[in-house]
Amino acid sequence: MSDTQTVRPVEADQAVQLSYLEAPAARRARLSTGALLTILGVGFLILGVQVRGEARFALSTPFDPVQLPTIALPSTVTVLLCAVITLAVGVGYLTGRVPRGATSGLGALAAVAVFLGFVSWAAAGAAYPFPVGNQLAGTIALATPLVLGALGGVLCENSGVVNVAIEGQFLVAALTAATVGSVTGSITAALIGAAAAGVAMAALLALFSLRYLVDQVVLGVVLNLLATGVTGFLFDQLIQPNSGTLNNAPNMQSIRIPVLADIPLLGSVLFDQKILVYIAVASVIAVTFLLYRTRWGLRVRAVGEHPHAADTVGISVLAVRWQAVLLGGVFAGLGGAFFTIGSTGGFIKDITVGNGFIALAALIMGRWHPVRAALMAVFFGFITQLASQMQTLQTPMPSQFLLMLPYLATIIAVAGLIGRVRAPAADGVPYVK
Amino acid sequence: MSEQQSGLELRGITKRFGTFVANDHVDLDVRPGEIHCLLGENGAGKSTLMNVLYGIYQPDGGEILIDGHPQHFANPKQAMAAGIGMVHQHFMLVDVFTVAENLMLGREGGFVLDRARATAKVRELSERYGMPVEPDALVEDLPVGVQQRVEILKALANDARFLVFDEPTAVLTPQEIDDLIAVMRSLRAEGKGIVFITHKLREVRAIADRITVMRRGRIVGHAEPGTSEAELAELMVGRAVDLRVDKEPARPGEVRLRVRDLRVANSAGGVVVDGVGFDVRGGEILCIAGVQGNGQSELADALIGNITPLSGTVELDGVDITRAGPARSIAAGMGFVPEDREDDGFVASFSIAENLVLNRFDQPPFARGLALDLGAIADNAERLRQEFDIRSQGVSDTLASLSGGNKQKVVLARELSRELSLLVASQPTRGVDVGAIEFLHKRIVDERDKGTAVVLVSTELDEVEALADRVAVMYRGRVVGTVDPRTPRDVLGLMMAGVPYEEAVAAAGPSAPPGSTADSPTTTSGRRTP
Repeated sequence: MSDTQTVRPVEADQAVQLSYLEAPAARRARLSTGALLTILGVGFLILGVQVRGEARFALSTPFDPVQLPTIALPSTVTVLLCAVITLAVGVGYLTGRVPRGATSGLGALAAVAVFLGFVSWAAAGAAYPFPVGNQLAGTIALATPLVLGALGGVLCENSGVVNVAIEGQFLVAALTAATVGSVTGSITAALIGAAAAGVAMAALLALFSLRYLVDQVVLGVVLNLLATGVTGFLFDQLIQPNSGTLNNAPNMQSIRIPVLADIPLLGSVLFDQKILVYIAVASVIAVTFLLYRTRWGLRVRAVGEHPHAADTVGISVLAVRWQAVLLGGVFAGLGGAFFTIGSTGGFIKDITVGNGFIALAALIMGRWHPVRAALMAVFFGFITQLASQMQTLQTPMPSQFLLMLPYLATIIAVAGLIGRVRAPAADGVPYVK
Repeated sequence: MSEQQSGLELRGITKRFGTFVANDHVDLDVRPGEIHCLLGENGAGKSTLMNVLYGIYQPDGGEILIDGHPQHFANPKQAMAAGIGMVHQHFMLVDVFTVAENLMLGREGGFVLDRARATAKVRELSERYGMPVEPDALVEDLPVGVQQRVEILKALANDARFLVFDEPTAVLTPQEIDDLIAVMRSLRAEGKGIVFITHKLREVRAIADRITVMRRGRIVGHAEPGTSEAELAELMVGRAVDLRVDKEPARPGEVRLRVRDLRVANSAGGVVVDGVGFDVRGGEILCIAGVQGNGQSELADALIGNITPLSGTVELDGVDITRAGPARSIAAGMGFVPEDREDDGFVASFSIAENLVLNRFDQPPFARGLALDLGAIADNAERLRQEFDIRSQGVSDTLASLSGGNKQKVVLARELSRELSLLVASQPTRGVDVGAIEFLHKRIVDERDKGTAVVLVSTELDEVEALADRVAVMYRGRVVGTVDPRTPRDVLGLMMAGVPYEEAVAAAGPSAPPGSTADSPTTTSGRRTP
């Protein structure tokens, strides 16, 4: 042995001291973000010079008990100010002069400037003030199913099963909620029915992906087509002819939380809401707790990252994956219910209009974490609502462009602002001993 | 057996896969407080045997006894409950979990995780067995040697009495191997029974109390710890193996590779090659020695062009290839054997024949216009298969079906099958069995003798001694010194820790012949005082 003995490196236990430069990936992200902000800043400069009049923001609707003032901003100054901020941050990113600790803070500032500049320009000289309350309320309404759908996906994918069938789960659950609600007249029954429908779809996903090892992306696409076909068929053949009895579900009523709901502006938005909104918020907390604080969650993440390791300590990989996929179905189902009993009450064909895919995008952009995924869902809700508000304001922008906004925001967010995303290591990989 | 025996015993274990008999009536036993080495080449059936013991496979015959009582393990959990712990070759650790989370997985206690308790448990175990590890560190951030410590602690956390180490040193640096051997000794002192699976002879001699040799699914012999390496190798391979590489003294020609002041950053942005310069002449082998992670891998990647250097120059036969990508480097005459052959060396799902032309499939004779000449590719493969002794059913087998040594033969055969000016080989024999190592080394020396410049990156001092004509020792991204391969190991070891040659010779003491072997060490930069 003596001849193999090598001498311990000096300070072997200390991390190797290296002079650090910027990693190539970080550099790319910085440059693309900087370029984007610079382009937007220049655009705002041009718009700011042309824009005339005042941009008005209504903080309250006429029905609010506490009336807040309508704020009027000189649009030229506001847009130009936002342009300068955006431009400054953009150039700072491009030249790398932004101090290390301040990058995310300045990024957020630039995001606010982009939003404010855009709205000020759009609302300038409009007949009506920009309704801030509507914007917030609409955001919540649009985001609720997205949050629930993304949570369903979070559970599923953290266990290692890719779920692109959120859309299908939404659709089947929306139909079930409408029919069960119509027949029973009960919101609770409708919600239970929707959750059960979500679980049923999840069971199909689990059966074919876990037992028959079907490619999970292809399977998800097929399940979405199946959902479209089945709900379309049932709607045409069964529900439409009997719409009085089968498609006449009660709507959820808002539940007002005393005191909190009286807070001006935010109170009525956050604390005078439908039960599903509260369920969505509670679900985010519950799923986060489940995944990161409980035995079950540890096992779910373990089988999603390294199923073999989980197996060697006696965890049944398939059982844990089944549980996670089925529980995910509950949340996706509840999200689907929002499209019918959460809004108009009636089901129409393809009522979910691709929201399942937006939920999937939120899940990926939220990097498979429940809280981040929920925040991304809210972001999508915000942008979608903004687009529809803009249409009613009659801005100079073509409405088709506005409808494109949510998807444009997705691309920008994914490409530049989010950077590297890493899925659970075994996501989509079937486990075979 | 009539008397009650304390310990673990495998009796007549037989395991078949279809018609293939992986284990044929294998007997093995280990008593508390001893280290039993199970020696054998890759594919000898060692891992199958251990998977039977750990409940992953069910045996077709034979029985497992603990303290004389027959056991039946339907799954790993039952084996663990019976006191068997396994340190897997590919760690069974979840990378994105902390050390504590990995240790509690599968035995979490209540429904809600008790992290404080898990952290305390890690601290307690790591103190008790003298294996320092930070409970809250993410596993993916830890060096491989520390990850292995976590894997060992995981087995110990379960109160394992018998520990199986499956090829534990394959992924470790020399320093980490020393640490591991110390840990195994202290576990033996604690009364644990240890089965140590390996094919590295030096380690066996260093630590074994008893040695059992397996070949082709059978026990072919037992040996005493004092048995010479040559005898062990012969027992293991089944024929006499020449552990020394026969090579003529180098006849260096013109300088072919000229590297000057090279600086390279890794993906995280750290400067890991910092001002390295050297020349390699045709017909000589320059070994880049050093502990894993001192910039050798990135240096090799920069030479082939996988990473673009920050600054400096690389010239091959007078052509500047500093910023060339792999395609241009290959065209300039560079052959490259990557460090991670599974990821970078071949396409596992392609056939042997296809893999053998991966770097030339678009050139004649293998391409005719836009089409591949399958006949020429098959002929080429058949010729190389015989020349390089690639053991397979045929050249249309996928690479995935080959053993590690044969995979590496395919990689080397591909690189050497054309005229080269420079061969860069990174860890060419890592995870390769003894018989194949002998062959690979011989081919590398043959290539040198054809006048090719060879750069060999290796962390194995055995390999450095066997092959190098000159040794450049790297430490923290710099070349500490370039020395003769006959430099004593103590001196090389000190240099690998950053000590310059003269000081290393002084520190290594009288055993080192003063300055007699070094050819005026050219210390490029980066002198550190210990």
